[in-house]
Amino acid sequence: MTASPTGVELDRHPFLHGLSPEVLGAIAARTSRRHYETGATIAREGDPAREFFLIEAGKVALELVPHDRPRLTILTLGPGEVVGWSWLVAPHRWRVDARAVKPTDVLVVDGSGLRSILDAHPTEGYRFLLRLVPVLALRLDATRLQVLDVHGP
Amino acid sequence: MSTALETTSPGSAPAEPPLAPSPYTVLERFADTADTATLVLAPIDRRERPPFLPGQFNMVSLLGRGEAAISISGDPERRTELVYTVRAAGLATQALAGAGPGTTVAVRGPYGVGWPIDRARGKDLVVVAGGLGLAPLRPLLYEILRHRDRFGRVEVIYGARTPADLVYYPELQRWRARTDARFQVTVDAAGREWYGDVGLVTLRIPDARFDGPNTVAYLCGPEIMMRFAAEALEARGVRPEEIWVSLERNMKCGIGQCGHCQFGPYLLCRDGPVLSYRDVAPLLRVRGL
Amino acid sequence: MDPPGRDGSAGLVPAVGYRAVLLRSDFPRLLSAIAAAGYGIVGPTVRDGAIVYGRIEREADLPVGWTDRQEAGTYRLERRSDGALFGYNVGPHSWKKYLFPARERLFTAHRTESSFSVTPEPPDDTPTAYLGVRACEIAAIRIQDRVFTGGAAVDPGYAARRRQVLLVAVQCGQAGGTCFCASMGTGPAVTDGFDLSLTERVGGGRHEFLVEVGTERGAAVLNGVPLRPADAEDVSAAAATVERTTRSMGRTLDTGGIRDLLLGRPEDPEWAKVGERCLACTNCTMACPTCFCHSTEEVPSLDASTVERWRRWDSCFNLGFSELHTGSVRTTVPSRYRQWMTHKLASWYDQFGSSGCVGCGRCVTWCPVGIDLTAEARTIRSNAAAVASAGSSTEGRT
Repeated sequence: MTASPTGVELDRHPFLHGLSPEVLGAIAARTSRRHYETGATIAREGDPAREFFLIEAGKVALELVPHDRPRLTILTLGPGEVVGWSWLVAPHRWRVDARAVKPTDVLVVDGSGLRSILDAHPTEGYRFLLRLVPVLALRLDATRLQVLDVHGP
Repeated sequence: MSTALETTSPGSAPAEPPLAPSPYTVLERFADTADTATLVLAPIDRRERPPFLPGQFNMVSLLGRGEAAISISGDPERRTELVYTVRAAGLATQALAGAGPGTTVAVRGPYGVGWPIDRARGKDLVVVAGGLGLAPLRPLLYEILRHRDRFGRVEVIYGARTPADLVYYPELQRWRARTDARFQVTVDAAGREWYGDVGLVTLRIPDARFDGPNTVAYLCGPEIMMRFAAEALEARGVRPEEIWVSLERNMKCGIGQCGHCQFGPYLLCRDGPVLSYRDVAPLLRVRGL
Repeated sequence: MDPPGRDGSAGLVPAVGYRAVLLRSDFPRLLSAIAAAGYGIVGPTVRDGAIVYGRIEREADLPVGWTDRQEAGTYRLERRSDGALFGYNVGPHSWKKYLFPARERLFTAHRTESSFSVTPEPPDDTPTAYLGVRACEIAAIRIQDRVFTGGAAVDPGYAARRRQVLLVAVQCGQAGGTCFCASMGTGPAVTDGFDLSLTERVGGGRHEFLVEVGTERGAAVLNGVPLRPADAEDVSAAAATVERTTRSMGRTLDTGGIRDLLLGRPEDPEWAKVGERCLACTNCTMACPTCFCHSTEEVPSLDASTVERWRRWDSCFNLGFSELHTGSVRTTVPSRYRQWMTHKLASWYDQFGSSGCVGCGRCVTWCPVGIDLTAEARTIRSNAAAVASAGSSTEGRT
């Protein structure tokens, strides 16, 4: 673990940019920097989801591991993007595996701490959700297209 | 008050029917994927093939096995070659995709309206290709890269189902090494052997580097992918009249006389296959049009 | 062909616009003059309980004294009491049977060692007289002229056949139960597009034809045919016939703004309703004089040394018509009915600059379940009006 970032540094990440300095400061107090080497596991499906990740550098793959088939990568995410929303939604368990597929630097925010901050600052909390929901909507659209197997025979 | 047509005088030689093909021979065949091959053809009875515009197509057949509409996927400047990338999907294309060097191929055309390139001068360009949709876009890419200084930023996003379904792989690697254009390649799903991006092309649009209101976009791929991509581009400020899509319908004649390729009021062989998203957006939403 | 000469009675060379009267008893002379000028004649004839088009060798081949009763899904022949030669409307055949045959070879390719050569099909330029062409049919022929010869690619087979036609039009003396040419602006009056036109006049002791010359080709045929110059009474009687026909149309179709109306209603509930009745049997597209959709196929010889390319009629009602490698685009009957009707009445304007419908009523008559195009158009128009007034009704309230 390395030193906590400041609210100003968090403001540089596209997902958090523009939230109030007060909230960013509060989030910063719950945030640490972490580095993952290539291949390192960030989370496993089913594990308790306690952290929200913002990618600063590198690449993270979201994977599914069916019991009877090889591991399947369903999404890769890069700098400026976010990983994990199960810290916000019960039962707070990871729904996919997350793995670094390149040397990756992330900001890690404590999930329950983040929930408390959003509860205490409802206006900024709402703005936070307004950023998170479109990210999930875009991924949901994409997943639907994947189900359609549009490139299929 | 005349019933007669003002055409050739009676008794003249039969006119060359517009449906008469020209003979070509296969020079080379490359297997792109398990079901897709790229063929390089040369005309038999002349040195150069007819000129074509990026986005146009030919009606192609191995005589006797049926005709198919195939987009031209080669370089417009290489005038002695005619290149197709064919996926074995039906009887005619199965025969074509398996054609080896020396095979005689019957070709008609080119037909159709191609990609409008001139309107992109001085602007940013976004090219979004899904699956085999990269084939009709490749001639456009050759032209853009040949005249690179005419355009602003160039972003190319190409996605296929799996890494094994990517076409033009060696060329993709060369393009990705360029510093004057950004090529992103992604797949819908992958195993451990893939170190690149995973996720649909539409996911790459929000963060792609272009100035929306000053951008022209060219899309080709499954219709639903083009629809979602166009919406994502619009969300970035690209104007609908600057988004161009290449549509596909059953084609038989290629010359606007058989009625098969209708898409709403458009005859795709004559008014398309490249059309403006502004014109076709409402039609794309109608089921079974 | 014989050069224009003198006719039997007045000694004048018939000029374009010339009108004369031909007695019923002299009608066979007209037929033989046409034949003598080198034309094979095709025209209406009774076969299998309908008036179809076939070879006409003599007057008796025509449906003398017959008429037809047409309604949605119904066609019956009945006897007339006046012995009229053209006292009926149109049957299941149209002239596209000859100009755009149901099966046609386009070319033959001959394989060589490493290539092939193409032998185009020799054009069929047999001079043929079409006898009894109605106004709606002239309009239909012109529509197909535009499809096959009006674009960048001219179909040589169609062009050759078309060039050799001697078009002998007939003014309709009555309107049929499913006729609506007046609504489409295509009739019932024949005004141009003919070499000769005939208006039959029966009654009051007379049985004769007002003959009008449309072209020099038509004039040349009249050589030797006994005619007397038409007077004002002949002309006004013929005009009255046409006027009577205009007023007795079986149906109407409001074409006001119909292009935007149909292209703007792809989700109209009527498509699903009519789709439940429609059998997708393709009768309408076969009977329609303007439907041109066709397929091409390749026919190799047993040893594959030659390959013929053929064209055959197809129909947008066939499931495979819109087939892509992923499946058909129009999988439901409602989507195919919508395609046909929208193309015929709306998209045709975008593609060819006119309506595709000439109001002949064949699709209504020959539909086995009696679907009526004019009723469908009416329903969709009223559905659109209902939506429009529902949208504005809240504004109107105080």
